[in-house]
Amino acid sequence: MDFFLQLLVNGICVGLLYGISAMGFVMIFKSSSVLNFAHGELLALGAFFFLALITWAKLPIIGAFFLTLIGCFTLGFLIEKFFLRPLIGEKLIFVIMLTVGLAAMFKGFILLIWGGNLHTYPSFLSDSLAIDLGAIHIAPVYTATMMISIVFLVIFGLFFKKSAQGIYMRSVADNQKAALSLGVHVRRVFALSWAIAALVASMSGIVLGVMNGVNVHDLSSIGLKVFPVVILGGLDSIGGAIVGGIIIGLLETFTGGYLSPSLRDVVPYIVLVFILLIKPYGLFGLVEIERV
Amino acid sequence: MRRFSFHPCGNYRESYRQELSIFETDFGRAALIIFLSLFFFVVPFISSPYMLYILNTIGIAAIAAIGLNILIGYTGQISLGHGAFFGVGAYAAAILSTRLEVSFFLALPAAGFITAAVGMVFGLPSGRLKGLYLTIATLAGQFIIEYVLIQWESLTKGTMGIILPTPQIFKWAIQGDRAFFFLIFISLVLMTLIAVNIMRSKYGRAFIAIRDNDRAAEGMGIPIFKYKLLSFGISSFYAGFAGALWAYYMISITTEPFNLGLSVEFIAMVIIGGMGNIPGAIFGATFITLLNELLRYLTVVLMNIQFVINWGLNIAPLKEFVFGLAIVLFILFEPRGLAELWRILRSSFRLWPFSY
Repeated sequence: MDFFLQLLVNGICVGLLYGISAMGFVMIFKSSSVLNFAHGELLALGAFFFLALITWAKLPIIGAFFLTLIGCFTLGFLIEKFFLRPLIGEKLIFVIMLTVGLAAMFKGFILLIWGGNLHTYPSFLSDSLAIDLGAIHIAPVYTATMMISIVFLVIFGLFFKKSAQGIYMRSVADNQKAALSLGVHVRRVFALSWAIAALVASMSGIVLGVMNGVNVHDLSSIGLKVFPVVILGGLDSIGGAIVGGIIIGLLETFTGGYLSPSLRDVVPYIVLVFILLIKPYGLFGLVEIERV
Repeated sequence: MRRFSFHPCGNYRESYRQELSIFETDFGRAALIIFLSLFFFVVPFISSPYMLYILNTIGIAAIAAIGLNILIGYTGQISLGHGAFFGVGAYAAAILSTRLEVSFFLALPAAGFITAAVGMVFGLPSGRLKGLYLTIATLAGQFIIEYVLIQWESLTKGTMGIILPTPQIFKWAIQGDRAFFFLIFISLVLMTLIAVNIMRSKYGRAFIAIRDNDRAAEGMGIPIFKYKLLSFGISSFYAGFAGALWAYYMISITTEPFNLGLSVEFIAMVIIGGMGNIPGAIFGATFITLLNELLRYLTVVLMNIQFVINWGLNIAPLKEFVFGLAIVLFILFEPRGLAELWRILRSSFRLWPFSY
């Protein structure tokens, strides 16, 4: 029973991490329907910027954190401006391959500068965040992750429901032409959504880095694991990303714990195929009916 | 004896037969025949083994790229699983020829057909899904096949790999780069011919109709699902055939190379070469293979320069960076790829001095 409970808690924690990694991905898809294959590399860039700021520039943690967020915000903005904007209205394959190309570029860049080894942050989370419930132990990182993801869910929920920019973004996601004719600045919305997505990605990257150490290969493979998560949750639902993340996280830890560790990494993709066959719009996704 | 026809200065076609012709002019046909005879009778005898190795790699990649181009460029279905399909072909050939001792002649097409079957299984989601959902489904296919290849140890020997016997045609053993050069390039010519002719037939036209507008295609009475599945099958057949050739050429295979990176390389070949253009796939395969080889060479050179060593820089990832950069630049500046550049180059020669 203890083993089961520990797996359950671990699964939820890993799942939350997947969930917040997927949030940035969903942001981009929601406003510009771009599948971002470079998401894992965006996570990695955020994590490595933070690493550089605290180990090379020796900035205090809070300052480094905010500088990273600002840097990634700008980076997302620039990516949209120089790479994605020329492709508005182009075929899907070009957009997908462009993000694949960007992923290779970012990965090469990170490997050139930091190499493929595992780096770690100096520890900065206080041990008082750890929770012990009988036999179950929750590490401080997980508590921090949970808190951060809840905070971000609330912030994004409010942003999309209440703020003018959020409503513009939703309108663009819903119908680009209608939004344009109602006077929404669609290009600005695209740029902003990439910028926010990169910001969220960098934050998730830092959280992942605190937890598992910073390694390009691990982070970019998490970028691919985002796909089962978002398909399960629904491609355009931010809450769905969190729920999907938790379900995938649980599935992974339980298969790893009870069946076989090697099956662990492939289970999300097997589930993915079944979801796509049965319910392609996921749990919370918007169903667009189109019969062919 | 027919007269040699020149390039017309406009579109003067009068029948569907002319519209369907492969070569616009007889000069095109003659040029191709001359090129091929030079290629087959001169190149293998003057090239070094290293050159032949590169050419052979290009040839194998080109077969796979042509297949993928049928799927992506002509039918408009994106597959991120072709690296794994290539692996399925390689393993099918290896298992057939070591376990069942099937002769090489049968094993090559058999590997193709097995891969076609696997490809059609992963094409099944295309019945309900399109666009990006289908892409994600094939991405899942890539990971699942990779997992099966590694874990099904009783069949694939897992990470140990399999060593293939030397292929034999009657009494003649195919060994060494030159013998494989003929095998690979004769296959390439045949496969190109088949692909070009499929595209001229009813099937090819149905593929193009599905790509351009699937609803209209359905309205015109094309059973979309059947043709999408067929396109997956043909495309995987090419991938599997190329994989089988690769396995025989490499002699021993492991599961390692058939990862997502290979799938991405194949798609890059199709895009950089030119989507919906069969010679384009060959150009793309040449470009990517040469780029890889050049970058590998450059890495070795740079690693030996004292300055770089002193800096403690690791140059190897430069390969990945430049590869990504090439894809991005082609998509942004010449999305129709090398085939389009080649067409512009030819037409500006033809129209000289009034080229635009």
